[in-house]
Amino acid sequence: MKRHALGTRLWHWVNLACLVVLFMSGLNISNAHPRLYWGHWGFAPEDAWLHITRFPGWATIPGYYSLASARLWHFLFAWPFAIGLLLFMIVSLANRHFSRDLVTRRSEWRWSAIKADIVKHLKLDFGHAGSKFNFLQKLAYGVVIFILLPLMIFTGLAMSPAMDANWPWLVDMFGGRQSARSIHFLVAWALAGFLVLHVVLVLLSGPIGQLRDMITGGAKMEDRP
Amino acid sequence: MKRRSVLAGLTALFSGGCSKLAETGPMSSLLASAEDWNRGLHNLMGRERGALAREYALEDISPTFRGNGSVDPQEPNYLGHAATGFADWRLSVSGLVTTPLSLSLAELKAMPQRVQITRHDCVEGWSAIGQWKGPQLSLLLKRAGLQEQARFIVFRCADKLGGSQYYESVDLLDAFHPQTIVAHELNGQPLPVKNGAPLRMRIERQLGYKHAKYLTGIEAVASLDEIGGGKGGYWEDRGNYQWYAGI
Repeated sequence: MKRHALGTRLWHWVNLACLVVLFMSGLNISNAHPRLYWGHWGFAPEDAWLHITRFPGWATIPGYYSLASARLWHFLFAWPFAIGLLLFMIVSLANRHFSRDLVTRRSEWRWSAIKADIVKHLKLDFGHAGSKFNFLQKLAYGVVIFILLPLMIFTGLAMSPAMDANWPWLVDMFGGRQSARSIHFLVAWALAGFLVLHVVLVLLSGPIGQLRDMITGGAKMEDRP
Repeated sequence: MKRRSVLAGLTALFSGGCSKLAETGPMSSLLASAEDWNRGLHNLMGRERGALAREYALEDISPTFRGNGSVDPQEPNYLGHAATGFADWRLSVSGLVTTPLSLSLAELKAMPQRVQITRHDCVEGWSAIGQWKGPQLSLLLKRAGLQEQARFIVFRCADKLGGSQYYESVDLLDAFHPQTIVAHELNGQPLPVKNGAPLRMRIERQLGYKHAKYLTGIEAVASLDEIGGGKGGYWEDRGNYQWYAGI
């Protein structure tokens, strides 16, 4: 079998496109009211826990301030983003990508093993025998796939007044609409941080081969030296 | 610093490309279609069976209630009414109805009243919580009698924003929703001017721009095409704000 399954590769690129559009249109939406609050309500500067900087046009979609247009982009790409994640999860359960590559073993959670993995990373040694991912990779991908991406979807839904009528428990789970909005913003930046780290590590570990494998699937695992 | 400007250049290129792409016919209609998908999904998930917006407790009410959009209309007719405490304000119910109505504030207050503490969500992102009081829109529509062809309810307003008359509209699902009321009180007081005195709509499952303020008329129509810019509301006619604002 190939290094990356077809489902993984398709989702990887669709998800990247969605995340970039969602993030940049999200920055435009943030510009409409650049303050964050906790709880159910919030509108005044003195109640804000964070005053957000105004994001420049080169970082937003569209490239000028337009709340209405940014919302169109945001809500269009939210669909392939959410459906894509769901399909990827189903496919990855079925083809055992999750159970084979992402599930950690108890021995990996020992501090000595984690420390050894960190030291290896700092020495830019990314080889790992036995399984496809090392522990820190499993941890990072696991947090992104099972915590951060679903959080984006559910905090996004919780900001919708119609969804709050349909599913009242959803907004309460986050402690109110303004809390959901704050978490949506924080997790968006956590994902942006992951993207930067991910790209840096790809650049440090043979970027041409990595990119090729994420497109073509790469050589069969058993054929690899 | 150089690497940063390369990154900024790349994202600027992407952002500019998206803006150009949005101007093409297929992309612009694709961008517009997500509104229908959202409404369809919301309808299935509970909007159709009349799911209620969350109602809050007295202690949840925010200390003040922000005014937005028009907060101080300067139309001479409105100022005249404001000077007399809106004593002669009338609300018309017209269009595709069997019995057109013209109601005074006293008549509206004499109808059965609904009191609800709800959260107001602005499209910009902020929220405020307040207690609203007024008759349900469904009572007015039943009294006037909707004709069979009626599909939308249009709200006519006294205020102009940027020189154009404000208006809004909803479908019959929201028009007959139990929490859709014609509010004349906020937090136990007559509506302040900044929040829509003397009458405003509450459309609790949609964003703030649907909650028409300074309400003068309610009109039943079969189509929104001939009204205003044809997109069903002041903001919808300007800059592509979605008509269905449940998200």
